[in-house]
Amino acid sequence: MKRLDILAPVALIAVILAIWQAACALWNVPEYLLPTPTAIGAALVSNAAMLAAAGWRTLSMALEALVVASLLGGAMAILVTLNRALGQAIRPIAVAMQVTPVVAIAPLFIIWAGVQHPDRAIVALAAIVAFFPIFSGTVRGLTSADPDLERLFDLYGARAGQRLVRLRIPAALPFVVEGHKVAAGLAIIGAVVAEFVAGSGGAQGLAWRILEAGNRLRTAEMFAAILALALMASVVHVLFQELEKRALTWWRGR
Amino acid sequence: MAFAATGAMTETPPIASLDAVEVIYDGRGPALGPFDLALAPGEIVALVGPSGCGKSTALRLLAGLEAPARGVVRRAAGRGETAVVFQSPTLAPWLTTEANVALPLELSGTPRAEARRRAREALAGVGLAAAASARPAQLSGGMAMRASLARALVTHPKVLLLDEPFAALDELTRRRLADDLLAIWFERRPAIVFVTHNVEEAAYIAQRVIILTPGPGRIAAEIRIEAPTPRPRGFRADPAFRTAAEAISEQLASAAEAS
Repeated sequence: MKRLDILAPVALIAVILAIWQAACALWNVPEYLLPTPTAIGAALVSNAAMLAAAGWRTLSMALEALVVASLLGGAMAILVTLNRALGQAIRPIAVAMQVTPVVAIAPLFIIWAGVQHPDRAIVALAAIVAFFPIFSGTVRGLTSADPDLERLFDLYGARAGQRLVRLRIPAALPFVVEGHKVAAGLAIIGAVVAEFVAGSGGAQGLAWRILEAGNRLRTAEMFAAILALALMASVVHVLFQELEKRALTWWRGR
Repeated sequence: MAFAATGAMTETPPIASLDAVEVIYDGRGPALGPFDLALAPGEIVALVGPSGCGKSTALRLLAGLEAPARGVVRRAAGRGETAVVFQSPTLAPWLTTEANVALPLELSGTPRAEARRRAREALAGVGLAAAASARPAQLSGGMAMRASLARALVTHPKVLLLDEPFAALDELTRRRLADDLLAIWFERRPAIVFVTHNVEEAAYIAQRVIILTPGPGRIAAEIRIEAPTPRPRGFRADPAFRTAAEAISEQLASAAEAS
């Protein structure tokens, strides 16, 4: 990375914060409406331990959901590509589930999971939103192998299992990894949305911290929790981007 | 030169043949035929014709990768007895060159260590011994094509089918690979059918050149090239070569006009 690439965004953020701070002081904005950046910073520091714990809760629920989505999405994708009729049968259900907003089905899952276990509902809901990019990416990947390589497998009489393991799954890898990158971001969003709908402190995640601080008009703490969430999601995004880069480098062989 | 091949002998039964085959693609109408081809063991045949004349289709029929709408295909039946080299090297990018070459053997159940050993032999046979552990992305176009050739040869096929294998390469590499192919033929004697739209390549490599009409492909003409295989040094400057290339060109032109 060039120095400018780091310097430019840092400078922009500094300018925004300075104007923000000055505006709050100049017009005497009440803290519950818009806290100053320094107040947010103070809230971030004094709540650091709690925010870290809450962040870890949200993150671990999102990652659990990602694992579930990965296993289900991968398995379903393989089934669908092995059997055309099954693929056609699943398609309308999959589309309906994908286009229905997760907020709309969240209350249902909260009921099913029971008040005692909002975390189960959250994981399930986050898994549903994370499922689709993995599923559709894998389906696309499994059918993306070079047609001439497919012919080569025909020529040497490869069995279905050999074709899957030695050709289609490795050929799918770039699509699978990209699906997981998108799914990881969606899993965090899904977990946060589900936590909001659950609306109880049962899961103790970051969304609950935002809600709680909001209810008490502790706006600086709210900002601190939002910042923690943004930071966490960014770190996950960067990690998955790096993972994708490395996986693709390995796959292409250069 | 100790050996001079004289093309197919009529008495030997063909190792593969197409008998009045016709291929029709949905929505696009007839693609090939009726078309006949009897391939004698160890002979080298070139299929030449304009694009879309069905020459690649004929190759896929011989490989058993496609079935004709009408007619009979007889082919070298055993696994690995027929090998195909495609227009692009078609190597799996995630495998090493050696693993790519070993693939045909491993798919038919050869133990891994044995398959890898024979793959290294095949790679050495095309001058790629040093590239065994390289990935396809690290090979030049000519090297990748050689690896693809090694993969086709690893099962010791009796019929080797090549679909415009050198079309994407530069002229120098192309000529070198043509000589390599003939050297391989001299050593192993597979029957070779190769599709090309390059007249000089056909005249240089083949003992028999079949010219196809524009689609649906039928036989427009057949030209025998009476010269020793592999070609003697300087064959490209030989009047016999020039005459053959010229004859192929003329037949191609008249086939195109007739349609």
